[in-house]
Amino acid sequence: MPLAVDIRKTLRSAERRFTLDVSFTTTAKRVVLFGPSGAGKSLTLQAIAGLLRPDEGVIALAGETLFDSARGIDQKPQARKLAYLFQDYALFPHLNVRQNIAFGLHEGWLNPRRRFAHPDVDYWLNALDLASLAGNHPAQLSGGQKQRVALARALVAKPRLLLLDKPFSALDGQLRERMRRELSELQQRLDIPMLLITHDADDVAAFGDQVVQVNDGGVREQQLFTGYAARSVL
Amino acid sequence: MEHAWVPLLLSLKVAGWATALNLVFGVAAGLGLARWRSGARDVVDSLLTLPLVMPPTVLGYYLLVLLGRRGVVGGWLDRLGIQLVFTWQGAVIASMIVAFPLVLKSARAAFESVDPQLERAARTLGISETAIFFRVTLPLATRGILAGTLLSFARALGEFGATLMIAGNLPGRTQTLSVAVYAAVQAGDDSTANFLVLVTSATCIVVLLLAGRLVPQHSLMTSR
Repeated sequence: MPLAVDIRKTLRSAERRFTLDVSFTTTAKRVVLFGPSGAGKSLTLQAIAGLLRPDEGVIALAGETLFDSARGIDQKPQARKLAYLFQDYALFPHLNVRQNIAFGLHEGWLNPRRRFAHPDVDYWLNALDLASLAGNHPAQLSGGQKQRVALARALVAKPRLLLLDKPFSALDGQLRERMRRELSELQQRLDIPMLLITHDADDVAAFGDQVVQVNDGGVREQQLFTGYAARSVL
Repeated sequence: MEHAWVPLLLSLKVAGWATALNLVFGVAAGLGLARWRSGARDVVDSLLTLPLVMPPTVLGYYLLVLLGRRGVVGGWLDRLGIQLVFTWQGAVIASMIVAFPLVLKSARAAFESVDPQLERAARTLGISETAIFFRVTLPLATRGILAGTLLSFARALGEFGATLMIAGNLPGRTQTLSVAVYAAVQAGDDSTANFLVLVTSATCIVVLLLAGRLVPQHSLMTSR
């Protein structure tokens, strides 16, 4: 996945002023943005998805310009065809599992019906072991189940790139290990490029074909990850 | 006691119209205030909330000055052949303005309580902004809006001061339940007053029971 990011954004609040200045390019299939919380990783991910407008810079994916302040290009998030997995999953609480997964496939001003049938939705319900939960609402799901629903909802639209915001931080130890394995297998099976942000060194070991380290709003170093043991990660 | 049904039906008609109009304007204004990023927002919110704290008679007087035949708006309406003073439509306006802040406040709070993350998620899933409003924002705000709307209906049903000022006390035409109770007590007609009071109380209880039924069950799960 040839992804090129070179953006700057200044955020001001009453107490502090934060400057995001991130620049990296990658062609790896699994990229990890790694750094402490508050370093600007989530902002970078939001900018790539089009949820945050940088002050200046360029974002390009596979040769297509998503954002370019100099040329006045700013694709809407709706047009970017990227999947975004939110840290707290952001499942729609008023819709059941099936409706959540079908959400992006169904156009118009109405939500998909409770029993909305679509081959892709059924495929993902089965693939992620959610078929028995299709009629449940998010409030009735466990953390791991919520994450699988969020993954299915993101992948059903066949996105060009999967963006993951600290995907395992809301899960406890054992489950975290299992979901990490599931996601890794899924990524390899689909052969979909992914960009994951984390402050957990174990995520770096599992997914970091390439690691971009972010500190205090800027990229400090960028290197190919050569193995967990070979490198002491902070 | 047959004549007691006339003020009841009139009250329901007036409160119904006032609530329907408030639903449209209150939800629109609530959404506007929830989304508007400006320092003037609080000033506008305060101005629109004023009817909640001002004495209804003062509001009624303002309305009379504004909508009366020699008023700014009233004179203009008069030339179009529209009369609001001493009509049930005038009573609708009075009830509407008195109850408006209840819809506005609850709609604004309901929209502000919708997690913006959910709207962002919908955006990345390719859904247009208008569709996001109807598919995510509005359904999640419905419970709060409904609660405010029912409060507003109950408030409109009980409106007295402003209604009396602008619509008067014309039996069969502008005499709503609460005005009819006052008129009956003034006239010493205790049996009519008793009956009207019981009818009013029963109506309010029915409204509250309906309120409990109207709120959809699944929205209980929307609060996190």
